[in-house]
Parts: sequence; structure tokens; C-alpha cells
Amino acid sequence: MSLDRREFLAQGTFYLMLTGAASEAWSFIEAGKPQEAPGYNVQEHWWAMFIDVEACIGCGRCVDACKLENDVPDEAWFSRTWVERYTIPPPDPLHPKRELLPIVDSPNGGRNGFPPLEHPVEGAKSFFVPKLCNHCAHSPCVQVCPVGATFESPDGVVLVDKTYCIGCRYCVQACPYGCRFIDPRTNTVDKCTLCYHRITKGLTTACCEVCPTQARLLGDLRNPADPIHELLRTHKVQVLKPNLATGSKAYYNGLDAAVR
Amino acid sequence: MLRVPRDAEHLLRLALLFAAGIVVFLVVRSLLVPAGFGELGHFRPGAILANQQKPLHFAGRAACDDCHAENATTLAASRHAKIGCESCHGPLAAHVADPDATKPAKLDAVELCSRCHAELPSRPKKQPQVEIVAHSEGESCTECHEAHDPTP
Repeated sequence: MSLDRREFLAQGTFYLMLTGAASEAWSFIEAGKPQEAPGYNVQEHWWAMFIDVEACIGCGRCVDACKLENDVPDEAWFSRTWVERYTIPPPDPLHPKRELLPIVDSPNGGRNGFPPLEHPVEGAKSFFVPKLCNHCAHSPCVQVCPVGATFESPDGVVLVDKTYCIGCRYCVQACPYGCRFIDPRTNTVDKCTLCYHRITKGLTTACCEVCPTQARLLGDLRNPADPIHELLRTHKVQVLKPNLATGSKAYYNGLDAAVR
Repeated sequence: MLRVPRDAEHLLRLALLFAAGIVVFLVVRSLLVPAGFGELGHFRPGAILANQQKPLHFAGRAACDDCHAENATTLAASRHAKIGCESCHGPLAAHVADPDATKPAKLDAVELCSRCHAELPSRPKKQPQVEIVAHSEGESCTECHEAHDPTP
């Protein structure tokens, strides 16, 4: 069989394109291949946290536990988790249209508990809100990382590859919840890992371990027996900044609209 | 028989150049892309393992119950039933690993109790709270209350 130049080029190109399509398809098959870590399959979990604002008493044990468990620097601005106190003044009957600006304070991240407010507001509504990385399913910090050092693991935890992080601070700016900081010792970014070294060993996170009122509960959304399903079903939950559609997995019960 | 086009060696050189370029690309790529990259997603699987291998500091309540069954039973029946041991006693994984080498620190009752029970308007109403100074008159909380089985 002989081919002229035109036929040769046409058939050659056709087969070349077929090879490209096949390799593309194969890369998809390969990407979906489960990889089992010893004793823990990353693809069998989808971690989330249920946070009950109505149960938080502002004792700050979670902040302290997080710092000790994860070897986080002591200064309050290096915090993987912290507790905020919101104090919202009562509406003024003379100016009902006026927006009620909350007073937010978090002395030392709430680590040492909260002293009484210096200037108490008469008739104010006040409560504590524990904050941590929301482990977004469509996380802005992952999208902006120029070197791919931060990623969403298959079990729904946003982690940092410290050997590849260049400390550029893009993600620190991108996080709408202010959950990232640069570790001054390594000059790489640091954030809540949802105590990844604990949850992969069957333990709960340090903050959930010490919370005296179960205001925080770690849950595995891929495990049908996990109590978080019952909690999410029986409570009216909200995530922080739902308008940003970050796919946040920190579900707050009793969250006030003033909380940002 | 295949007809050899004119100036075939030009095409051959071009093809060789392309082939060499592809080889260089593949070699450089295999050197730069970390092992296992892309197997689970757009990241290095080793980063997951690195996060898994951090040391534990909090042992977890189950570890405490293994040795301190008596306290665990008292606590389980009390109003403090749902509070983890390490919530007050601090991180004690080292104590679990070697009970003689590391002992839990002595606790400051007033400081710890008031963390949760000092009166604050921001706390939920159902949380038992007292004005510490007026309530205790300078005494330590443990003079009257037993932390493992507190009664109002």
C-alpha cells in the first residue's frame, strides 16, 4: 500500500490527535486512582466542623490547646484559631434605620479568657464566636497560590506543602476569614490543618478535645454514622460570608448576621 | 515504493530537533515534578504525609481513662461529664508515653474555674456563673467544690 503526501499527512495528524486524546483520558483515569495511606484512606472522609455559637462560653481553652498542640508562636496575631467577642448595641428607637455596628474584641485571641468589657454597653447583645480555617471546598487561598503549595486534600482539609511555599503572602490576603499567617520561624505560611495529625489517627482536633461545652464538634460528612449529620439536620446553620460561595465547611449554629 | 521528497534531510533535521527537544523536556520534567504529583490532586502526596506525621501533645480522653478509671467514673456521673481531662490538666501525651517522667502540673483552681464560671454578660444564660470575688471571698474554689464532681 502506498500513500501520497496528502494522505500521509492527513492520516498522520489523525492518529497523532487520537494519541493525545487517549493520553488525556488516561490522565483522568490515573488522577482518580485512590492512594491508600497506611491505616487511613484520604478518600473515605470529608471533614467539617460544627460550631455552636450559643454554647461557646468564651473560656479560650481551644485557643490555648491549638497553640500547644500545633506549636504555634505565642503572639495573638499568629493564631490558627481564636475567639471573638461580639457586643452589638441595642437599636435606637429614634433612629431605627441606623446600622448597629458591633464592637468586636479578642484579647490575646481569647487565649486567656475574656475580662469584662472596659466600657459595657447598656442593653447590648453579646456572644462569643470561635473562628478557625473554614476549610472551604472552593477555597480562595488555594486558587491564588502561585506555586501550588496550598491545596485541598481529598478529605476536605486545606493544607500547606511547606517545602514548596515561598512565603509570598498571596493566600494570607486572599483568605476572606483571615485564617492564615506567615510563621516567623520558617517564613512559610501557616494555618489550621484541622489537626491533621490527630484526625488521621482517629482522634478529634485539640480544640474539640478541650472544649468544655461541645461548642465545637469535628465531623466526617462521608461517614453516615457521624453525629454531625443529626446536628446539621436539627439546627439552623449558617457559614461565614455565604455570599462569597467559598464552600465553607465550618457550620455555625446561632450565627448572628453581624458576624463577619 | 515510498517516493523520497526533495530535500528530505531538511525534514529529517527538523524532526531530530523536535525529538531532542521532547527528550530534554521529559528529562527536565521528571527531575522537577515531585514523586506522586497529581495522583490525588494538584499537589504532592508527601505533603499530606508530612502533615500526618506531626507529634501529638494532647493524648485524648480515652488514654486518660485507661489508668485513671476511678476519676473517669466520678467525672462521667458529674455535671462536668463532657469536659475532657486535658481541658483543665493541659496537654499530657508525654505523661501517657512515660507516666513517671512527666507529671501533670499543679492547677490554679481560681484561674481555671473563673475561665468558665466568672460572670460575663457575653456567656450563654444556661452557663452557671458567679461573681468570683464576692462568691469566694478570697477562698480557693476547691475549698467547697470538687472539680471532678461539682455541685452548685
